Amino acid sequence: MATRPIADGLFVDDGDAPRLVAGRCAACGGLHFPRGTTCPYCAADGCTEARVGPAARLWLYTAVTTRPPGYRGPVPYGFGVVELDGGLRVVTRLTEADPARLRPGLAMRLVVEPLFTDDDGAAVLSYAFRPEDT
Amino acid sequence: MRPVYVAGVGLHPFGRFPDRTLTALGAHAVRAALAEAGVGRHGFGAAFCGTVYGGVAAGHKVLTALGLAGVPIVNVEAGCASGGAALALGAAAVASGAHDVVLVFGMEKMPRGIIRSSFFEPWREEAGLAATPAYFALRAQRLMRESDVTLDDLAAVSEENHRHGVDNPYAMYRRALSRAEILASPVVCEPLRLLMLCAPNEGAAAVVLSARPAGGRAVRVAAAALRSHQAGSVLGEHTPMSGRADDGVPAPTETAARDAWAHAGLGPEDVDVVELQDTDSAREILSAEELGLCPKHGGGRWVRDGGGATGARPAVNPSGGLLSKGEPLGASALAQVVECTWQLRGEAGARQVPHARVALAHTVGRGANACVVVLTT
Repeated sequence: MATRPIADGLFVDDGDAPRLVAGRCAACGGLHFPRGTTCPYCAADGCTEARVGPAARLWLYTAVTTRPPGYRGPVPYGFGVVELDGGLRVVTRLTEADPARLRPGLAMRLVVEPLFTDDDGAAVLSYAFRPEDT
Repeated sequence: MRPVYVAGVGLHPFGRFPDRTLTALGAHAVRAALAEAGVGRHGFGAAFCGTVYGGVAAGHKVLTALGLAGVPIVNVEAGCASGGAALALGAAAVASGAHDVVLVFGMEKMPRGIIRSSFFEPWREEAGLAATPAYFALRAQRLMRESDVTLDDLAAVSEENHRHGVDNPYAMYRRALSRAEILASPVVCEPLRLLMLCAPNEGAAAVVLSARPAGGRAVRVAAAALRSHQAGSVLGEHTPMSGRADDGVPAPTETAARDAWAHAGLGPEDVDVVELQDTDSAREILSAEELGLCPKHGGGRWVRDGGGATGARPAVNPSGGLLSKGEPLGASALAQVVECTWQLRGEAGARQVPHARVALAHTVGRGANACVVVLTT
């Protein structure tokens, strides 16, 4: 089956552990995701690519129980914010849709996996974080 | 700068009106505000219209329908604060002397359910990363983790606002809800239950601003401050994909409130009545903290001590808030200003807060945008 990423430039998954493609500011050192050329914190140009993950800690989490407009994956699904090295906090889908099975500080791992099949029959890959111990 | 007064207000009830167009909703509110102000066809120098989903030249369509076009008409989109942004522009136009009288209005027709926003790129919707109530839920979870706010406190906020809404003929929901009923409603995004969230709906509001006081019950616009976010918070209303430790980053409501108090020469201790953003129960507590109505991380205690309840000072959301009224984006901020005006004039009927002399209206939402309006007698 053909596959494609849900958007270009979000993640790399080249057989080794997947990584998110963040930007690092040459002036202030701040990390942001997805990568842009201008730093959102200090407005300096010339941010460089920084691949981050796959390890993270769970910060905040919930589950989405009603299909939001435009969403093409399964419901319910987990949704939260994880913290990566360097203090970068990233909004992400979570593979665990039951908040009772999650807790703050839980060790998480980045996964790149098919979320839905598009109108051309291609499996669309997106990123999510799953609890390390599953 | 000249003082700015509220010369007239008008409101179309908030609810769902499948047989009325957006233009008709806006025209209803505009007609009422102009009539109250005694302002006719050539009586205002400019118009500012807040709307998010109204489409091209929505404000022009309203004034065309009323035969009032010809003046400059500016359509303003600033998310949930659109009406507040329109008011800030209108107030500045009067204060500066550019116009003696301006018309400010806002209206919206929202579909039911989770708000769909062109703010998000399509892939973010497809990936499930554009679910607005989920962001509300993460803010609520953080509030509960970093302070002593409980699920019961969240239910208490909704219970109180719905109690107020019973007395508001302009609200969509006018039934008192018990805390047990709120807690038993379906979980939308843990910890938020359905009855802790406001409903997008339809409505319109209008305000006529003037450089001249309106008779013996003059209400003055002491400040109308609009701010956007500063980068850093992953939970900010600009809904970024990432952020970092944000404890030192002021929220846009904090910066807008600071500007507004400084401009008005007043502070949170002076305010008698507040209409604040309560898109969900946790947002009301965050708004109260960010506006300085209670200490940061003191919102749980504030709720349990009856903060904002009937008889408290300040009274908060005597209109019933967005939880009772629903939220038509372009109209909601101006409807708060209308309620505050009625409160300061002593015209709020069963909702009247006794001896109200200083009122504050607050909205925050997508953009991020935050607007704080201070009105005085």
